[in-house]
Amino acid sequence: MADLSTELCGIKLNNPLILASGIMGVTASSLANVVKNGAGAVTIKSIGPEERKGHPCPVITTWEAGMMNAVGLSNAGIDRGIEEIKKFKEMCDAPIIGSVFAFKQSLFGELTEKISTVNPDLIEINISCPNVESEAGTPFALDAKAAYSVTKHVKEKTKIPVIVKLSPNSLNIKEIAKECEKAGADAINMGNTLGPGLLINIETAKPILANKFGGISGPAIKPIALKRVWDVYEAVKIPIIGTGGVTNGRDAVEMLMAGATAVGLGTAVYSRGIDVFNKINDEIKGFMKKNNYKSIKEMIGKAHV
Amino acid sequence: MCDDHKTEQPTIVEILNIKDEAKDIKTFYFKYNLDAKPGQFFILWLPGINEKPFGVSYQDEDKFGATICKVGPFTDELFKLKKGDKIGIRGPYGTSFELKGKNIALVAGGYGVAPLSFLADEAIKKGIIVHFIYGAKTKKVLVNCDKKSKKCKVHYTTDDGTYGLKGFTTEKLKEILEKEKIDCIYTVGPEVMMKRVVELSDEFKVDCQLSLERYIKCGFGICGQCVVDDIGIRMCKEGPCIDKKLVKKISEFGKYKRDASGKKVEF
Repeated sequence: MADLSTELCGIKLNNPLILASGIMGVTASSLANVVKNGAGAVTIKSIGPEERKGHPCPVITTWEAGMMNAVGLSNAGIDRGIEEIKKFKEMCDAPIIGSVFAFKQSLFGELTEKISTVNPDLIEINISCPNVESEAGTPFALDAKAAYSVTKHVKEKTKIPVIVKLSPNSLNIKEIAKECEKAGADAINMGNTLGPGLLINIETAKPILANKFGGISGPAIKPIALKRVWDVYEAVKIPIIGTGGVTNGRDAVEMLMAGATAVGLGTAVYSRGIDVFNKINDEIKGFMKKNNYKSIKEMIGKAHV
Repeated sequence: MCDDHKTEQPTIVEILNIKDEAKDIKTFYFKYNLDAKPGQFFILWLPGINEKPFGVSYQDEDKFGATICKVGPFTDELFKLKKGDKIGIRGPYGTSFELKGKNIALVAGGYGVAPLSFLADEAIKKGIIVHFIYGAKTKKVLVNCDKKSKKCKVHYTTDDGTYGLKGFTTEKLKEILEKEKIDCIYTVGPEVMMKRVVELSDEFKVDCQLSLERYIKCGFGICGQCVVDDIGIRMCKEGPCIDKKLVKKISEFGKYKRDASGKKVEF
C-alpha cells in the first residue's frame, strides 16, 4: 500500500497536500470543509493586525493558463482571526497553519505572539505578498537581510515551528532561503504568487483587476515554482512546502521530486473543484503503485540524485 | 478552465434600455443571452470602479434584465449610465431554484422581488399556478410585478399600508397556506422574513427553497468570502439557492453574515 503521509517540522500530515493561504481560508467552517475534501493540512487566510476590507473587485480573474489575484489581504484582524483558529481546532483534527502578514517587523512579532496563544500547529509568516507594494514597499522576502531579520525576530516570539513564505520573484532564492534557515526558520514555503502581472480588457481598454496588477498563479508558473523549490532544496536542510501551479497528481509528484516535503494547492481548487485534494491524492497513489513507491519520503528530492 | 467558462473575464455588453421602476429603483436591460436559470446571479463590472453581484429579474433569448436599487457608491455610478453605454458581466453563477409541483407560492421581501419575478415568468410558461406575495416598506419603493397571465396573482403588502395590504408578507403566506394546497414555497428577502417563511413551511409541511445572500467577491468558488457556518459551503457555488433541509444546517442563518473583511455582522 502506498503511504501518502508526510511529516513537516514534527507534525504528521495524512497526505502531502496543503491548502495554500488565501484560498477558501476566511473561516474555520470553510477550512474544515476543505479537510473533508481531502487536504492533509490547511492554512488560514493571512491575518494582519487590523481589520482590512481589501481591494475593490474584481480581485481575481483568470485566463487560459492560470489565475491572477489582488485581494489586498482582506481579513477581520488578529483578534477575530485567532477565534477562527480556535474554532477550527474544535471542529477538526487536521493540522492548521496560522498565517500572518504585516508591513513592519515588530508587528510580525506581535502577531506571532498573539496567534501562538491559540496553538496553531505551525505558523507561516507571509513576507512575500506582491499586491500591496504601494502600502508596504518591497516585500521582506526579496531582501536576504530583511528576511533574516524578520525570521529571527519572529522565532524569538514563539515555540511553534515557523514557516517562512518566500517569493518566486527572487532570483537569489538560495541566498534568501539560507538566511531564513540561519535565522531559525523551521520550514520554507516556496512560494507565493509570481509577479505582479497584468491583464487588460481590450473592449474597454481597462485593466481587469481593480488593483490593475495581481499575483500570478496556476499552470503558467509551475516550471518556475519547481525551479525555485529545486534551488531551495539544494541550499537548505529544512523542509519545503512546494507551492505554485500544481493541478494534478503528476504536478504534485514533480514538486516532491524537486525537493518539497509537502505541496501547496490554491488555484487548483478553481480548475478542478473543491474535492481536488481527494482527486490529487488518488492520482499520487496511482502513480506510486504503478512505479513501486511505498512512501512519499522516497520521492522527496529524488530528481536531484 | 472550468465548466462552460473558458475564463472568468468579463464580457462587455450594451445597455439596451433602462426602466424606472420606483424611487431609486431601475431595471437595466442588457443585450446578451445570459442563459441563466431563475435564482442564479451575475456579476456586473464597471471598468476601473468595482464589481458587484446581482440577481436576474428578466430574461429572453437576446437580453436580460436586472432590477437594481441605488444604495451606495457602486450603484450611484451605475445609475449615471445611459442606454447604449457598455458594462462588463460575468456569469451566470450559483445554483438556481427548482420548480416543483403545480401550485406554488413566492414570497419576496424588498429587492428579493427581482429573482422571484424571473422565477414567476418561468413558472407561468410551465403552466404552474403562482401566488406571488411581495412586500415593500412603502409604496414609493414598490416595483410593479404584475404578470399578464391569469395563472399568477400578485399580492402586494406594505409595512405602512400605502399600497396593497398593510402588514407582512408572512401573514399573507399563512392565509394562503390555510386555504390552498401549495407544493413549494420560494422566498428571497431579509433573512428574518425568510426564517419565518421556513417556519411556516414546516408548520404546513410544504417544501421550501430560498436564496441566501452573502458577501461575494470572486463568484466562482475560490476566495472563501461567502462561506457559511458551520457546514462550510460557498454561497456562490453551492448556493445562493438552497432548500430548507440545507438551510437548517447553516447555523448562521437568520443570525449573522460576514462583510468584505470576513467580520461577522449580526442581523
